Amino acid sequence: MSALLSVRNISKTFNVAGRDVTALENISFDVNAGECLAVVGESGSGKSTIANIILGIYAATSGDVAFKGEMLPAKRTQTHRQNIQLVQQNPLSSLNPRRSIGASLRLALDVHNIGDKSGRDKRTGELLEEVGLPEDFRKRSPSALSGGQRQRVAIARALACQSELVVLDEPTSALDVLVQARVLKLLKELKDKRGLTYLFITHDLSVVRNIADRVAVFEKGRIVEIGSTDAIFTNPQHAYTRRLIGAVPVVSRDEAALRDRLMEQENAND
Amino acid sequence: MKTPTLKIENLKLGFKSFSGTNAVLHGISLHIAKGEKVALVGESGSGKSVTARIVLGLLQEQKNAKINGGLEFEGRNLNAMTARQRKELRGTDMSMIFQDPTSSLNPVYTIEVQFHEVLKRARPDLKRAEARALALQALADVAINEPERVLDSYAFQLSGGMNQRVMIAMALANNPALLLADEPGTALDVTVQAQTLKLMGKLVEKHHTSVLFISHNLGVVREFADRVYVIYKGNIVEQGKTETLFDNPRHPYTRALLSAVPRITGGGIPDIDDDPAHFSAPLIAHEGFSEKELLA
Repeated sequence: MSALLSVRNISKTFNVAGRDVTALENISFDVNAGECLAVVGESGSGKSTIANIILGIYAATSGDVAFKGEMLPAKRTQTHRQNIQLVQQNPLSSLNPRRSIGASLRLALDVHNIGDKSGRDKRTGELLEEVGLPEDFRKRSPSALSGGQRQRVAIARALACQSELVVLDEPTSALDVLVQARVLKLLKELKDKRGLTYLFITHDLSVVRNIADRVAVFEKGRIVEIGSTDAIFTNPQHAYTRRLIGAVPVVSRDEAALRDRLMEQENAND
Repeated sequence: MKTPTLKIENLKLGFKSFSGTNAVLHGISLHIAKGEKVALVGESGSGKSVTARIVLGLLQEQKNAKINGGLEFEGRNLNAMTARQRKELRGTDMSMIFQDPTSSLNPVYTIEVQFHEVLKRARPDLKRAEARALALQALADVAINEPERVLDSYAFQLSGGMNQRVMIAMALANNPALLLADEPGTALDVTVQAQTLKLMGKLVEKHHTSVLFISHNLGVVREFADRVYVIYKGNIVEQGKTETLFDNPRHPYTRALLSAVPRITGGGIPDIDDDPAHFSAPLIAHEGFSEKELLA
């Protein structure tokens, strides 16, 4: 398998009020083409910082990011920006409230000059249908949509750019469980249909278990464990991973049993 | 049975607007016995938080809210009380914990000043030094290691988990009979959330405080509550003991909700039967757990 994105020895230090705060320390990992790599960790672990560095919003203090074998500069060109797209946590604040849904989608097509001009309006309708929304939602404003519908629009906008890599930053954390299940299902379908690669950033381990192929566990700016989803959940090697899984609130007896087993291991090691 | 701490009977709520009344609660009944931890679980917009606001007497002051139904707190009729009497109950006999601890604490006062204010609700002539001593003890009870430092801090100088514990300590400071917890811990990391909930559970058990636990997170409800009411669009659709309800959900809505939760044991993203026509099926109470049976 070839690496679509390689992150090598990335460190990031922020200067806060004259003090240096290390957000990331020597992070390296690969995202393979067609996989879903989950980045999990608690707040402050550096998961959003790594997303911002990959997207080119922050420059890394040291280290490199390569996309398809080509080094990405700190200042990205338009093609670089088109290649890596982002879906944010809160769809209410990521969509312009003054712009209709159609105009928001059209902007992505206009900026990157995708398709011929006359066909672009029709294209926005097709994008909406692809994410399971009626085509005439184009004329609506974001305030006339529910949270789940807005998140679908945000996904459609990422798709509009025809990128191969999509960075999903807590895409379902603001949604109710029934809506979350539908959005996750959509993400999975789109990934298979379009051959997309996901970098899925979240704190929700039960979501990760069911959508990711591999998992990288972040703690205080370091990767403490990286491996296949199955391995991480059935046989976590690092104490922090075990504690993280042990704290997930669960709804069934099977899950409680798994959690108890991991916590027993954890306590035996102490 | 003894008088329940809280009894809500056929509670209806509507908001008046230009185009008529918007019904939000369609007649819900629930109760909490002394020392019981009861969860009200549902999605956003189902009517969870407005129920808590009615119990606190906050919504009654809003002009466009039309409220109907029986409300009893420790055998006293809340509807017969004046706004002033209801205000006296808040912060003393009933208290509330909110979702985001950092924004519900005042940023311009230290924790000590805010603690003093809370304690004064029950004992108006309490001196600052006495209040500090009580606050130190209350903070120690919620496992805060350096209570002195915390009392001298502002909310923004403390972590979210620390603020949540401060909130819990404040809410329980006057030893209320009823604690309303609206999505506590939702804004926190899972490890911190698990610790805080465990702590809160132990404290309310120690003080025999009754709790109305409002949440959309089914996992958290399963860990915390003794009994569960599931609410959907302003109707209670299922009620029962926590274990039996989670092991054997019977209402189509509860089933859909439970099947939609991703499992840490795997199994992929579930296909859910989400035909809303089924969700409006009538209330299912597990054997021995209907309002009638429990209040007999």
